[in-house]
Amino acid sequence: VDENQSFRFSQWEEDPDVASAVAAIRSLLEFLKRDQSETILGLRENMTKAIQRLEETDSSVAVSSGGELFLRFISLTSLEHPDLSQCKNVMIERGELFLKKISLSRGKVGKLCHTFIKDGAKILTHSSSRVVLKVLENAAADNKRFTVYVTESQPDSAGKLMAQKLHNLNIPVTVVLDAAVGYIMEKVDLVIVGAEGVVESGGVINKIGTYQMAVCSKAHNKPFYVVAESFKFVRLYPLNQQDVPDRFKYKADILKTVKDLNQEHPMIDYTPPSLITLLFTDLGVLTPSAVSDELIKLYL
Amino acid sequence: MMLISAAMTLVVGHELQSAEPKEEKQRLRKEKKQHKKNKKDDRGPPEKEKEKEKASVPAPSKPATQSPAHKAAPVPVNASASESPVAAEKPAKSKAELRAERRARQDSERASKQGKKEGGQQSTSSKPKATPNELQPVVKRLPDHVQVDDPVALKKLAKKLERQQKSGQGCSLNITGVKVPLRSDYGYKVSLFSHLHQYSRKNPPTQQISIPVTVIHPSIVRLGLQYSQGIIAGSNARSVALLHAFKQVIQDYSTPPNEELSRDLVNKLSPYISFLSQCRPLSASMGNAIKYIKKEISNIPSQCKEEEAKRILQECIDSYINEKIILASEAISKYAIEKISDGDVILVYGCSSLVNHILCEAFEKQRKFRVIVVDSRPRLEGREALRRLVKKGIRCTYVLISALSYILPEVSKVFLGAHALLANGYVMSRVGTSQIALVAKAYNVPVLVCCETYKFCERVQTDSFVSNELDDPDDLIVTRNGKTHLENWQTVKSLGLLNLVYDVTPPDFVDLVITDLGMIPCTSVPVVLRVKNVDQ
Repeated sequence: VDENQSFRFSQWEEDPDVASAVAAIRSLLEFLKRDQSETILGLRENMTKAIQRLEETDSSVAVSSGGELFLRFISLTSLEHPDLSQCKNVMIERGELFLKKISLSRGKVGKLCHTFIKDGAKILTHSSSRVVLKVLENAAADNKRFTVYVTESQPDSAGKLMAQKLHNLNIPVTVVLDAAVGYIMEKVDLVIVGAEGVVESGGVINKIGTYQMAVCSKAHNKPFYVVAESFKFVRLYPLNQQDVPDRFKYKADILKTVKDLNQEHPMIDYTPPSLITLLFTDLGVLTPSAVSDELIKLYL
Repeated sequence: MMLISAAMTLVVGHELQSAEPKEEKQRLRKEKKQHKKNKKDDRGPPEKEKEKEKASVPAPSKPATQSPAHKAAPVPVNASASESPVAAEKPAKSKAELRAERRARQDSERASKQGKKEGGQQSTSSKPKATPNELQPVVKRLPDHVQVDDPVALKKLAKKLERQQKSGQGCSLNITGVKVPLRSDYGYKVSLFSHLHQYSRKNPPTQQISIPVTVIHPSIVRLGLQYSQGIIAGSNARSVALLHAFKQVIQDYSTPPNEELSRDLVNKLSPYISFLSQCRPLSASMGNAIKYIKKEISNIPSQCKEEEAKRILQECIDSYINEKIILASEAISKYAIEKISDGDVILVYGCSSLVNHILCEAFEKQRKFRVIVVDSRPRLEGREALRRLVKKGIRCTYVLISALSYILPEVSKVFLGAHALLANGYVMSRVGTSQIALVAKAYNVPVLVCCETYKFCERVQTDSFVSNELDDPDDLIVTRNGKTHLENWQTVKSLGLLNLVYDVTPPDFVDLVITDLGMIPCTSVPVVLRVKNVDQ
């Protein structure tokens, strides 16, 4: 069952439109449907093991946060039914509900954020984010004229992908080097980035290079906006870059094969909340200090 | 028009003077309501026309703009620029009437005081009143311990202590001269802090109490002395000692006849609490503990037998100590140990029982780290922390706070304890903490504050002046090489010694607060308070 499931998961992941967390949750739901355990405790254990298995395939923060949230969401109700299959049905129902809710979240974020893009704005973004793409799509549909600068975002050149997608939407776009962020900052009006995970302090974990961009924008007094769906909220609290757990920093296959992680390049970095102006989520427009409030509501 | 109606009610009141106290109270309450309505109506005119019934209290501090008090006939008061309340005196009032009148008077005084409340200093009421405030009395009164420079407030405090002695006595006893002592201030106070008390350790509060003491339980007297002499220090230690003393009090308590335990015991505790706050101002944790006990006592069902009630209360106190202090520190160490990695250099300040516990636990869990203990005069509490950590086997370095910027480049994390966490996210802790947080921020070193949730308080403070504690100024005197330079500091009129105890740290300098509910940013303290209030 495990092998099948991770195979399906990678299939779903490859779908370019689907967020990795959503793919994870979909496969977890499938797993739930197929699960054979006799007790609720056993069910939970199996689910936790399944989440771990998924993390081994894709080690991003979003998968881990999505998985944990899914688990909490389905077991939120006091499952009073004495019959296990009835319980399972309730859980599956809630799981479907959860999945539907989060599939809509990207649209909600897009609707919230595009009003912050004024006509004639110059936007800087980092690497390739589907949520940012949605936001820019909405803004373009609103007949706003703006230009976008995208960083190349090595080592996987994801920025070039983003530029291609934006080109298809007829939005004028320029690709800049990662090293040119300081150079370009005085030209832009605002910075919008996505997030792989939003942590308890209100900071974000995102592709490497985001922290640099945030520091530059602070120095130039440009607003730094983060767009993220609510299932990316995770119960981490890093104090600085070193405090982010290793399992998120590197790709899953590297974690398994390489001995000395100090020689590897990390794929993500942590941006502290003091550098972020606003966060756009499907729960609303939040300041970084309000993230903890929302997290407490989500998790407690 | 209003004057007439007001005078009418006064006349009526005068006639009803001999009526039952209950009706009197009701009538007074109605009058109060009318006052409030009248005040709402006329916001413009600076002159207010009020009339009150006042007990025959001498008011020498009030200036002579008061109309002379007549014995019998009610006098409609024409408040001049000053709003000092005056009214007729009435002979032979019962206690209930006195209390009701006092309440009415306090209400009006509170409303009038709001105009002058912003300034720290309160001059006597001869100052012309500012435009009458538009806010109705929604603002809370200032606590007594931050109004030391206001003679009116001091007088009220003295009367309150006297009153408590009377009510605590019971009508059958007849002991003279035994009361909750009002401690007098010592030495010249720096003008910025003249609104706070400054006591000397050489004048303990028990000097004025005669033996035998029937009003104050002996374990409370002992506790008060231990506080004032600094034998018990540290907010956890003080709260635990307080709760144990209250356990003893409850054990020795016996309900007087015709009284209910739930009401009488709370009244009995009030003079104890006043006494303790005279010995040393109550900390936020102690305040929360007292609130909890009072709530538990008043929740005792009336049909409960005395032994049963006492047992319940003892259990409540035990569970409070266990949950909020002992188990909370276990939970906090669990979270904190996740943040301590191998090779860390951790800086701690002073002696916080919680931080020491965390470090000892982390060491037992085989984390490799070393500690830098920062200390400061005059308390030199860091030496106690140093002693405890070295005993465990942790590698420590000891510096004074003046060497802070020298040592900070080596440090990877700063762990601080807290005395209280305020509702706007500020951290109140031992003086010197905000300095450490500031310098750590400048060096980009993460600052972690560890605090149990029972120390969270609803107060809001943005600076260290408005509410603080002044310790004995003589502590600052030190003898070096046989010479004591400050020995005769009192003779130098322009010299003041300031021995502050607490300061507040803004939330921008604190990266993380570790509580028993988890790790939260400093700005989420009001969220926790809200969640706690919902729970209760």
